[in-house]
Amino acid sequence: MPVMDKLKAVSGTAAIVGVAESDQIGRTPDKGPLELHAEAGRNALADAGIDKSEVDGVFTAGYSTYDVAEYLGITPHFTDSTSVGGSSFVIHIAHAIAAIQAGYCEVALITHGQTGRSDRARAGGNPGLPSAQYEVPYGIIGPPVAYSLAANRYMHQYGEDRTREAMANIAVSTRKWANMNEKAFFYDTPMSFDEYHDSRWISWPFHLPDCCLVTDAGAAIVITSAERAKSTRKGAVSILGAAEGHDHGILHQMPDLTRTWGRHSGPQALEMAGVTHDDLDLAMIYDSFTYTVLATLESLGFCGPGDGPDFVADQRTAPGGDFPLNTSGGGLSYTHPGMYGIFTVVEAVRQLRGETGQRQLDDCKLAMAHGTGGLLSSTGTVILGRD
Amino acid sequence: MADGYNKPIPIPQPESDNYWEGTKAGELRLRHCDDCNQAYFYPRNICPECGNNNTSWIVASGNAKIHTFAIVHRPPHPGFMDDIPYVPAIVELEEGPKMATQIVNVEADPSKISIDMAVKVVFESITDEISLPKFEPA
Ligand SMILES: [Zn+2]
Repeated sequence: MPVMDKLKAVSGTAAIVGVAESDQIGRTPDKGPLELHAEAGRNALADAGIDKSEVDGVFTAGYSTYDVAEYLGITPHFTDSTSVGGSSFVIHIAHAIAAIQAGYCEVALITHGQTGRSDRARAGGNPGLPSAQYEVPYGIIGPPVAYSLAANRYMHQYGEDRTREAMANIAVSTRKWANMNEKAFFYDTPMSFDEYHDSRWISWPFHLPDCCLVTDAGAAIVITSAERAKSTRKGAVSILGAAEGHDHGILHQMPDLTRTWGRHSGPQALEMAGVTHDDLDLAMIYDSFTYTVLATLESLGFCGPGDGPDFVADQRTAPGGDFPLNTSGGGLSYTHPGMYGIFTVVEAVRQLRGETGQRQLDDCKLAMAHGTGGLLSSTGTVILGRD
Repeated sequence: MADGYNKPIPIPQPESDNYWEGTKAGELRLRHCDDCNQAYFYPRNICPECGNNNTSWIVASGNAKIHTFAIVHRPPHPGFMDDIPYVPAIVELEEGPKMATQIVNVEADPSKISIDMAVKVVFESITDEISLPKFEPA
């Protein structure tokens, strides 16, 4: 089990000093995924004011670190290609703290890049994987089908009408945030409750707006020691807590379709940071689907099991509400290239720095960024702070 | 074999040969841990509960209840284009384990299907080697 005394001792010893997206996000048909990794990595290093020759730790998912490092001309002494879905890049943050603390590296670069929109070819799949025999032949292929199966179980346990209303609240509030982010895919496209309810079915109980976008995008994060962070261009966003884990791979093996591993990674990250839910000014929670947010808020302990619909009621998570959630517009309305988790961190850092323009929160000092990967399988949670 | 079957077809693996031979013979075979005295899914030689390999095979009754289902309207694979709307599901077998499947021989309408509904296994032959276990209302 995680040793909390040791984790508390490393709380705040590493910091995020650079974040960036690729040059363009949304539709980039003329760019490949590795190019998006590289652009984002280059931009994040520029944001930090650190030369690539100083990077000695490389972290990525989807590709292997040697693909990214070779492209960028980096020769790391520490490499981590942990790939557990869209949460991977949040999980890499915990690994970067560990590597920096142990002395394996001093400057960690985490990169992401995918062309989910322009490259629609689906991988054939490895026949040795359990999913190929026990889920895929039934048309349980890809996240919308799998997550809709989980959402219907939630509806059965906690009420169909209130679950539907909660999913609508999340979709509409997230769209309002996107309408304040010029980089968001749906920046110019508002959505009303009526439009939500009238939209077509993808996989019942999911309407189209319950499902994340499919875009092209890259993003990257630069992490170094708190000490070294002082001399970077924009200074430190402290990493106060970080936790991770998973409890299944394929969907039908999930112990409880309404509870994610966030039930462990959330409390662990908060305790490591020495803060509580009420201390947070911002929650960036991976919204692959509206339902993902609902189940995750409960799992993280913001409210009890089945209480999520009350928690998000009345547009409480929208601009002007008292629980700012997914202020970039999220995977639902800003961007979602496939493995979106890194973008929760990019927005949290920008809010903490005060760089988000018209959607900037007042006095944002403490934020949670939380990724979910696979089929509600893995989670990574970080707590970030700025003095 | 159904002509022109163009959906993904399972490829039996060393730990699942017996499972797929079973479905072809009209049996739903489950792995059983003789130490825990309980069945588990999917087939693997080591018990996921206790970690021992004192395991055997049993034949399931085929009786189950629906744990959850969905109704797919946008096919996630071209092979399912003619099947929409179809009903993927997770069922809880009488013996305890849950498995993923499809509910068939029912109208794909959320008012006609319900969680906890009793279902029983049927076997759909898709190739000379493979029959898929699906479930229909009991
Ligand atoms: Zn056992």
